[in-house]
Amino acid sequence: MRLPNRGRIDRSVSLPFSFDGRLLTGHPGDTLASALLANGIRLMGRSFKYHRPRGVMTAGSEEPNALMEIGSGATMVPNVRATVQELYEGLEAHSQNHWPSLSADLLALNDLFAPFLGAGFYYKTFMWPRSFWERLYEPAIRHAAGLGRLTTDPDPARHEKAFAHCDLLVIGAGPAGLSAALVAGKAGADVILADESNEPGGRLLTEQEYVDGEPAARWVAATRARLAQMDNVRIMPRTTVTGAYDGGVYGAHERVSEHLAARPRDLPLDCFWRITTRAAVLATGAIERPIAFPENDRPGIMMAGALRSYVNRYGVSPGRKVALFAYNDDAHRTARDMQDAGMEVAGVIDPRSEPPEGDYPVFSEARVVATRGRHGLRQVQVQSKGGATSIAADVLAVSGGWNPSLHLSCHMGGRPQWNETIEAFVPRPGAVPGLVAAGAANGVYDTAGCLAEGKRAAGEALAILGVTAPDWVLPEAESDAGSGRTLWLVEGKGRAWLDFQNDVTTKDVKGAVQEGYDGVEYMKRYTTQGMAPDQGKNSNVNALAILADATGRSIAATGTTIYRPPYAPLPIGVLGAGAQSKGFAPERLTPSHAACLARGAPMVEAGLWYRPSYFPAPGETTWRESCDREVRMVRGAVGICDVSTLGKIELQGPDVGLFLDFVYANGFSKLKPGRVRYGIMLREDGHVMDDGTTARLSENHWVMTTTTAAAGQVMAHLEMVQQCFLPRARVRFTSTTDSWAQFAIAGPRALDVLNTVLDSPTSAERVPFMACGAVRVGGMEARLFRISFSGELAFELAVPTRVGASLWRLLLAQAEGFGGGPYGMEALNVLRIEKGFLTHAEMHGRTTAFDLGLQNMLSRRKDFIGKAASTRPGLRDEGREQLVGLVSRSRETGLSAGAHLFAADAAPERLNDQGYVTSSAWSPTLERHIALGFLRNGRARHGERLRLVDHLRGVDVNCEVCDPVFLDPEGGRMR
Amino acid sequence: MTVLTPQGPLEGLDLHHGNLKLSAVALGRVSWIAPYPGTETALSHALQAACSMSFPGPGESRESTAGRILWSGRAQALLIGPQPSAAIEKCAAVVDQTDGWAAMRLTGYGAARALARLTPLDLRPSHFSRGRTARSLLGQVPGLIIANEDGFEILVMCSMAETARHEIENAMRSVAAREDIPKEPA
Repeated sequence: MRLPNRGRIDRSVSLPFSFDGRLLTGHPGDTLASALLANGIRLMGRSFKYHRPRGVMTAGSEEPNALMEIGSGATMVPNVRATVQELYEGLEAHSQNHWPSLSADLLALNDLFAPFLGAGFYYKTFMWPRSFWERLYEPAIRHAAGLGRLTTDPDPARHEKAFAHCDLLVIGAGPAGLSAALVAGKAGADVILADESNEPGGRLLTEQEYVDGEPAARWVAATRARLAQMDNVRIMPRTTVTGAYDGGVYGAHERVSEHLAARPRDLPLDCFWRITTRAAVLATGAIERPIAFPENDRPGIMMAGALRSYVNRYGVSPGRKVALFAYNDDAHRTARDMQDAGMEVAGVIDPRSEPPEGDYPVFSEARVVATRGRHGLRQVQVQSKGGATSIAADVLAVSGGWNPSLHLSCHMGGRPQWNETIEAFVPRPGAVPGLVAAGAANGVYDTAGCLAEGKRAAGEALAILGVTAPDWVLPEAESDAGSGRTLWLVEGKGRAWLDFQNDVTTKDVKGAVQEGYDGVEYMKRYTTQGMAPDQGKNSNVNALAILADATGRSIAATGTTIYRPPYAPLPIGVLGAGAQSKGFAPERLTPSHAACLARGAPMVEAGLWYRPSYFPAPGETTWRESCDREVRMVRGAVGICDVSTLGKIELQGPDVGLFLDFVYANGFSKLKPGRVRYGIMLREDGHVMDDGTTARLSENHWVMTTTTAAAGQVMAHLEMVQQCFLPRARVRFTSTTDSWAQFAIAGPRALDVLNTVLDSPTSAERVPFMACGAVRVGGMEARLFRISFSGELAFELAVPTRVGASLWRLLLAQAEGFGGGPYGMEALNVLRIEKGFLTHAEMHGRTTAFDLGLQNMLSRRKDFIGKAASTRPGLRDEGREQLVGLVSRSRETGLSAGAHLFAADAAPERLNDQGYVTSSAWSPTLERHIALGFLRNGRARHGERLRLVDHLRGVDVNCEVCDPVFLDPEGGRMR
Repeated sequence: MTVLTPQGPLEGLDLHHGNLKLSAVALGRVSWIAPYPGTETALSHALQAACSMSFPGPGESRESTAGRILWSGRAQALLIGPQPSAAIEKCAAVVDQTDGWAAMRLTGYGAARALARLTPLDLRPSHFSRGRTARSLLGQVPGLIIANEDGFEILVMCSMAETARHEIENAMRSVAAREDIPKEPA
């Protein structure tokens, strides 16, 4: 029901929206909850377990009941709190957790069986038969319980992540937060003022109060305008600070466009901020505490402060006749506001013997002992000193006091402390370094006190920054928060709810104690109290009080469970913002990328690089046809391959040789300028890390080549060696991978192709095997290396990256003139397997030089990283799995990588495992299926026949063990 | 003789979103310079003599009529513009990185807000003033960021230039779109 002349809503504009298919209207300034109440809708959802009818209970992010699905299709978001969702034109909301409909929910049958469904019910009941759990019990329970549904479609929303930095983060823009921001802003500090709501003000917007002699909301507007004029203050509305982390970092969730009907395409739905600050003020206010009285969960029963919010801020009343149940003076303020708004106050129920009087019935020494009304409150039953009374009311406002919102102060493990005077937990000072609590969050509830607290906290924060706090005369405001006591529980017939979101009652907590779960952490897990989206914001302290009572301990001695981030639910989408599609990982592109795509080459990822897999020729229908042709082309004529992706690290200085001796297992310092050497690097644990070649271009100038995938790892390793082991060595190095476009020219006609592009032709004699040197191509400086990864006569030619694409086109044109062309990763792999060359399939991190047959490369004359560990007996044991070649006995069945090796007559079981396959290929050169693998004592077993079984792919084939070099073991072709 | 056609990364890049602008920067010659242990002073003198600049400290850059030198990591800097002199090469490792880096310039009001979508650096003018340099990440792309008078210069590895462009453009779009959100009445 809308109230005339009240609220911060724009009545000149009507916003149509729908709820469960019903077309309704609201106004700008409404939340979904206030708009529903204005339309007379009190039943907003069903409870988690018993499917009890529920209405809105609060007016903030702590709302446990009014959870909605917003939107439809792929954009639908479940579990949105109607109290937080701002209304916009066309908003589509659906209530959740019911079947078939909200008003006629058959699952409410659960409620009839409530006596059997208490905490621990699942654990005790669904024990047998054991196999029924997965097939029957769990699916049935999941259907009946749970909050909201998820769509299975990809999330089309645009999310965002961002970083912010400030001197002072003020969390919450109520009186304390505004005061703190104002003081810090005047002091010149960089301030971020973050607030959950769409506008700053906090409770100053919901109470009928005066600040500095004017209505509080007007003071808020003036203060906001003053802050907006300060360049050093940034106000972030709709931003919930969700976590406090190490190093002054806070997480915050900004709802950027959830309140807009028309969202521009590029505008993110929300943004997850990481705010780094030197100090912070916790001005998050307090959350009103419910009272656990029998049947306290009917629609129409809400917190007293929430009722004032609806009446004063949104100009809406949830009913016509209001009853109030409170143990403090706040309730009486509510009664006055309701009367002022023209509503009937049916009675104020106060357990105190002398509550304040008012122009309405006041019941002293009274308690609510029962309520009536299935889909909404109709009647409140009161037991007072004068006896039992029934009050007709459709709204019951409840206040059991206030709990400071101290959650963020616990995020680094600090527990709050119990303040006996206000009977509440307050933040422990210093629990989060640099975080100063102020105002209601610190247990100070009156407005004048909050303003003063904000000023004090800002002063403390400024002291951390080394800034003097400016003079600021506090505005005058109400300094009396009223007196009050705490009432945790009203005993009586019927269930009294503690955790509305999880359907946990006082009986469940007592039951937990009876079952022996009397510690606070045990009770939480046994009853599920405080779990789920609201994280116990409404229920935690009440549950502790019941637990304390049941165990005979004090609340302080009972303690509390810890609050963890996030303070409010965060969409997973915003945490993964930017990581979809192209944002998943950087794409590194080679100089020949566009040309390879133009030839129809499918790309394969190698590290972050995209490399061509094969180059389909006209008429070829499978990758194997292309691959086989490319292999034959390289063996018979010439092939070109872009190898720019290999890591290139340029080293300079007089001590490079010494440095490389230490990094590589084999010696390098005696390598002559103009020569290239193959080397292996070990990790400190003696296993092989990477292999590659290093060329000595001149006396003090070297170029190391790493594998594509391990380039970053090797670079980091070199940095570690230089900074930690050889800091005084005169050696400096940097990656030049991106500076050079490098192409392999391999095959018997390689020299012919090479000489067509070099400015001065060369010969195999002038550039012998494993030689390197400077050449010129098109007048530009280039580098030539006579190295081979295919076993053929081969060169690698490097030119500056900017002419790489041009040289690639030229090389292909020339190669095609000699019957050659480009080859891709598939052919490259077959070529190197035929030749027994290694990749990270073999150097997979668990193999040693001994396993790979490279033990002779481990220098005896010098020290090197991994030397000590590599000499451990276990790493040189003859029984270790050693690199071997394998040839299939069948021409039809290939050998598959990942398969395991067994003796020919053994069962293919784990206990009989003799080794495994790392790389496999059809060799067009040998016309056999071949593979590389590791076999126990394999070097001594050449010629032996084995059974190869790939359990995953269903391959079972006989093979023969051989030398891992299948082709040209003397190396005549490449030399 | 063979004729090779040069082709740079980000050629013709000129993107506008809102009042933000992202354009390619032609750096000219880029030389990576790293003094050997104990030769830092000698290097500074050699740089001073050749280009009227000293070797920059961490996070700093220097500029003269000859060109610029940008700190680019522990004990290393990028000399932009001039060819390093023989005296420089004598006391430092020098590597031609002209082809290794791709450079962009992001300008316009809100340039820092766009970069704040991608890098954890504190880009407030009080903390990252004109001429400051920092190695950081742009999303997942490593880069070198330099503050200049009206925005930022961003250097990334040539092979990742396209991804960096994509990431920055995405951030520019977000920031520009925020400018269009209806403002709340004050």
